[in-house]
Amino acid sequence: MSAAELNTVPSATSFSHVRLPRLAPLMVIVPALAFGALLTLLLSWNWVACPILAFVLTIIALPSWSLVVENRRAATNRLVTCLVWGAILVALVPLVWVLAQTVVKGAPELSGSFLTHDMTQHLDPVTFKMLPGAGVAHALVGTLLITLGAAVISVPIGLMTAIYLVEYGRGKRVARWITLLVDVMTGIPSIVAGLFAAALFTLIFGIGTHSGIMGSIALSLLMIPTVVRSAEEMMRLVPMDLREASYALGVPKWRTIVKVVIPTSLGGIITGVTLAISRVIGETAPLLVAVGSLDVMNHNLFSGRMQTLPVYILTEYKKSTPQDYDLAWAGALLLIIIVMILNLLARVVGKIFAPKTGR
Amino acid sequence: MAKSIDVSDVSIYYGDFKAVEDVSMTIKAKSVTAFIGPSGCGKSTFLRTLNRMHEVIPGARVEGKIVVDGQSLYDPTVDPVEVRRRIGMVFQRPNPFPTMSIYDNVLAGNRLNSKKIKKSEADEIVERSLRGANLWNEVKDRLGKPGMGLSGGQQQRLCIARAIAVEPEVLLMDEPCSALDPISTAAIEDLIHELKSDYTIVIVTHNMQQAARVSDDTGFFNLKAAGRPGHLVEFNPTKQMFTNPDNPDTEAYISGRFG
Repeated sequence: MSAAELNTVPSATSFSHVRLPRLAPLMVIVPALAFGALLTLLLSWNWVACPILAFVLTIIALPSWSLVVENRRAATNRLVTCLVWGAILVALVPLVWVLAQTVVKGAPELSGSFLTHDMTQHLDPVTFKMLPGAGVAHALVGTLLITLGAAVISVPIGLMTAIYLVEYGRGKRVARWITLLVDVMTGIPSIVAGLFAAALFTLIFGIGTHSGIMGSIALSLLMIPTVVRSAEEMMRLVPMDLREASYALGVPKWRTIVKVVIPTSLGGIITGVTLAISRVIGETAPLLVAVGSLDVMNHNLFSGRMQTLPVYILTEYKKSTPQDYDLAWAGALLLIIIVMILNLLARVVGKIFAPKTGR
Repeated sequence: MAKSIDVSDVSIYYGDFKAVEDVSMTIKAKSVTAFIGPSGCGKSTFLRTLNRMHEVIPGARVEGKIVVDGQSLYDPTVDPVEVRRRIGMVFQRPNPFPTMSIYDNVLAGNRLNSKKIKKSEADEIVERSLRGANLWNEVKDRLGKPGMGLSGGQQQRLCIARAIAVEPEVLLMDEPCSALDPISTAAIEDLIHELKSDYTIVIVTHNMQQAARVSDDTGFFNLKAAGRPGHLVEFNPTKQMFTNPDNPDTEAYISGRFG
């Protein structure tokens, strides 16, 4: 390549190109937002129009600017970056919104009295007046008991299924069928699980039976596939080397599974189980069908209706008074807090049981 | 306690595929036997049949006879778990148990076999095995630390300590040095020399110098052609193998003129 050519087309041979300023995205977005706000105000549109308008302006202006100053590849890059960021924001909006709304509306009701009373009238110790029930204790206890029951049923079944699939069923037809059925089970609508539990107990104990354990069975139907899937994946991650190392020491297969495979994958399994629990803890339909609803405390999982948090929220919402709306929001906040605690717990426990590699 | 192994007419299959054909040899007690040969010729596969690790892979089976101490390994009444307890194995890649400390790794064979051992006895086994594997001085102050925190060479010696902690009669080593640096390799070769007085050792290696350095007998495996089963070309004392082999293929392979 001659010197003359180098002078006329420097961009073709040199590594450096003209770039937009580092703050270019901001320099487009801020005016776009301002313009959107202005137009929205002037034409008195709904305020939702402002961010949409700003987004459209940005995805037109920024790539075009880039196309003029930089090159085609950089322009495409900027366009896709804008779209990806847009998608993230759209996904975040409902999440943040729901959280904020629940905290704002539910937090004022969330008090010691709310957490320790059920919905029966009680005597105010200061004013000696009878107060209407405004508590969630019965629903909290019901949810925890029923979910615990569901976990007790589904964790052993799920774990053993996973052990069969990974350690014994490799490539066998039965294993393929089980995998298929587990996948189908994942898709069972939750109300069908509730109807199944109701039908099962009607068959055995007669029409009109309601008990907490029915709810546990309905929820375990929804939990088992998740537990099987996560435990299976975690156990597959355990390298074959470790199993062989154990076999080579003359350790029988079952002890290898119990002492090597499960401990190595325990962190992941516990995380999976906890996530499965937090997935079913918010189920409403199956509990409404199988367990029903109740305004007073019932500790007995095996007899009579029980209240649960999701059904409590529904019940209070249906009463349609401002006071009951507040209770419903507080119940919702409590449910979110429980799920959050479970998720945090899953992370911590997963960390604790993860195989240690450090010195 | 070291045992000799008699192998006669052994063929090994993966499903329908015949991987190794008609191997016969006698592995002497209290000696080191090395297997050399190109990749895919069935050395490792054959090694794994010597303690019935082969059948861990679904569809794998063995024909022929392997006799250790007068007992046929593939007799229907033989429990593979018992065989593996008495014929230990060290793998190509170091594989300490990640959930266990150095101490527990060494004791894994004893503990996992649900033997109840006293603390003093356990301490003694750990120290003896780690000394046996030339690792004691490096780890004696951190026995409670995870085994995965050691360097690759130390991990491999930990695996050897774990294998000799159950006091096997035979020790199989599948390319134990292929993932290690020369210093760790030298440490493990020294170790093999020491272990020879108590154990029968069979080692697979890609390193011809290593085979020449550590072994008393050498077996050369080769493939007739790609896709054909591997077979034992020559089995002779190492000295003869490297100076005056019977088979021209062996000479070609050892001298690097392979083809």
